[in-house]
Amino acid sequence: MLPPLTPPPPFALEIRGLVKRFERPAIDGLDLAVRRGEFYALLGPNGAGKTTTLRMIAGLLRPDAGSIHVAGIDALADPVAAKRVVAWISDEPMIYDKLTPREYLAFVAGLWGIEPALAETGAQELLSWLGLSANADERCEGFSKGMRQKVALAGALVHEPRVIILDEPLTGLDAGSARQVKSVLRERARAGGTIIMTTHILEVAERMADRIGVIAHGKLVAEGTLEELHRQAGNGHDASDGIGEGASLEDTFLALVAAPAAA
Amino acid sequence: MIQPGTAVWFAQHESRLAWRDWLSMMTAGRRERRRRLAIGIAIFVIVMHAVAYSVVGSFAAAPPDKQMLVGITVTLLLSWLLMVSQAMESMTRAFYARSDLDLILASPVKSHKVFAVRIATVALSVAMMALPLAAPFIDMLVVRGGARWLGAYGVIAAMGAAATALAVVLTVALFRAIGPKRTRLVAQVVAAVIGAGFVIGLQVAAILSYGTLSRGTVLQSDAVLALAPHAASVLWWPARAVIGDGIALLGVLVASLLLLGGAIAMVAPRFGDYAIAAAGTENSPASRTRRPAAFRATSPRRALRRKEWLLLRRDPWLVSQTLMQMLYLVPPAVLLWRGFAAGGGAFNLLVPVLVMAAGQLAGGLAWLTISGEDAPDLVATAPVTARVVLLAKIEAVLGIIALVFAPLLAALAIASPWHALVTASGIVIAASSATAIQLWFRSQAKRSQFRRRQVSSRVATFAEAFSSIAWAATAAVAAVNLWLAMAPALMALLVLAGARYLSPRKNS
Repeated sequence: MLPPLTPPPPFALEIRGLVKRFERPAIDGLDLAVRRGEFYALLGPNGAGKTTTLRMIAGLLRPDAGSIHVAGIDALADPVAAKRVVAWISDEPMIYDKLTPREYLAFVAGLWGIEPALAETGAQELLSWLGLSANADERCEGFSKGMRQKVALAGALVHEPRVIILDEPLTGLDAGSARQVKSVLRERARAGGTIIMTTHILEVAERMADRIGVIAHGKLVAEGTLEELHRQAGNGHDASDGIGEGASLEDTFLALVAAPAAA
Repeated sequence: MIQPGTAVWFAQHESRLAWRDWLSMMTAGRRERRRRLAIGIAIFVIVMHAVAYSVVGSFAAAPPDKQMLVGITVTLLLSWLLMVSQAMESMTRAFYARSDLDLILASPVKSHKVFAVRIATVALSVAMMALPLAAPFIDMLVVRGGARWLGAYGVIAAMGAAATALAVVLTVALFRAIGPKRTRLVAQVVAAVIGAGFVIGLQVAAILSYGTLSRGTVLQSDAVLALAPHAASVLWWPARAVIGDGIALLGVLVASLLLLGGAIAMVAPRFGDYAIAAAGTENSPASRTRRPAAFRATSPRRALRRKEWLLLRRDPWLVSQTLMQMLYLVPPAVLLWRGFAAGGGAFNLLVPVLVMAAGQLAGGLAWLTISGEDAPDLVATAPVTARVVLLAKIEAVLGIIALVFAPLLAALAIASPWHALVTASGIVIAASSATAIQLWFRSQAKRSQFRRRQVSSRVATFAEAFSSIAWAATAAVAAVNLWLAMAPALMALLVLAGARYLSPRKNS
């Protein structure tokens, strides 16, 4: 008799009571849940704790308290299993100057233990998708920031992660490169992947994200679709604040992050 | 008030930057360490003066003879070659460092003034670098032999100027001959070969003539004294200047300053062009691989090992920096070759040299693979345990050590299996110890910062050196008497225990 099928967990990411202190609390009891197949944008002012949160999810930092579940896996109890389904891309693409993009992808595939034929096909598709086919066998040392970011993105996607975490992936990219990266990410989300991304470019969050979380002082201060955020920001504000009907995400964001500071 | 834009103003600017850079390097940027640094320097100065006092002995008051002139001249020549090597490194860095060049070249000031000051600063810094070791000896020579020895300070200044002049000419000649792209690597290799070549050449000569590793044997030989020029020759002027001949000192100073002035006049006006050409190499077309990478079935451990070897193989600068220590293996290799004929005792000298070289090479390689990881986030987010990553990196280091030392060990094994066994054991232990120290003191850095690794943790640097020396001593004694080797082995273990205790990772 076959074992009963367990339904896949509804959340790709579930964070409860996350705490991280450096000199002062960087993350202060954060709760966050992101659904499978969702494109989630995390916004917040500088020093709000966005990168710290993402680094803890990726297994690069250990929290002082709280829990992190990625695709139903307890990332603190079994970090290796969690890392298998997660990809991390930082704003500063860290790649090896002396490797070619193809060699870099072969190395990543080796680290994630991907079957070689599958990895090679995936790598070729990704390189072509990101417009890097012509540079596939050139060493990365002469690449521009945009090309390096695309190589890093290809590395993150070559092992078919279920959750993709990106910290400011569009910083420093030209319009063409940014469009390519956005298109690849949108495609992944459409194919069922979960994308969690921080960005300072509010227009990107507005146009790409299904839901937006606003973080300030290490806490989630607002969350929802754009309309929901407008409503949350509108509470307690009068028309002179510019919050409410027709307000831009920038107005809403500034109102939301200002509120806890004033409190 | 100094007029902005003048050479003096730039000199003040350069010296302020150099001072802050040195201070930050020595204190790791922490203000609270300044006091400790001052105390450390004071202790160093006192100890060095005490050592110098006992070493100079009767030499200070001895009348100058040909043997003394040969000794001083060779010491000066050796130091001067090291200065040329240092100056070449500094000049290469000055050409290729972008830092403030854009600002200088885009400003309306006459840039040749800045570059003239920059070359003069190199001369000054090269001379200053000789002082920590030379000054205590000169001071004690003055104390025991009289003020005539003060001329040695003037000779050091002259040597710095002449070494920089030659370095400038050599670097520019390379730039013109092989172009800016290759000059960076070749200049550094030439600098290292100049620095090491003289010492190694003397050792090889000593081995071929007398069968020992001692440089002194050759210098004091009748053959060298017979070949030396007449006592009135200009070639002795630097040595005569050191022992207080005022005319010789004046001649040496004037000649070297003229050389430096000439080099500055020749290069400073074109320095900007060279710097721009050097900057252009960053935008040159990327190298293509001849064979596209194969996606082969592999384990994460093997993928990591392979990546380390590939990165090292493709970085000639790093290879030259790490393998330059292997130049010092040339004399032992010659000794080994001679030993086949002479047999027995000569091999006892080889054992510690090989063990020491393995320890030092392993330290450099371990830093590159463990601390010098250029994509730390990628490796840290891979689904492999930290233990697997570290094991792969240690294997990568030991693999290279095995590759470098296997031929020498094989040759030694044919001549003396016992010495080969002791040396192989010593190499494995010394290399593992150096790797362990790098592991305990690991801190994330770019591979390009390799040259600064020795100042990032002085405890790690000293521990690595002392551990290699102690294991070399252990192997040397073990080759003769296994039981007596317990004492230096215990010392090596104490060094390792101390390093572990002081390391930031003792609780990890």
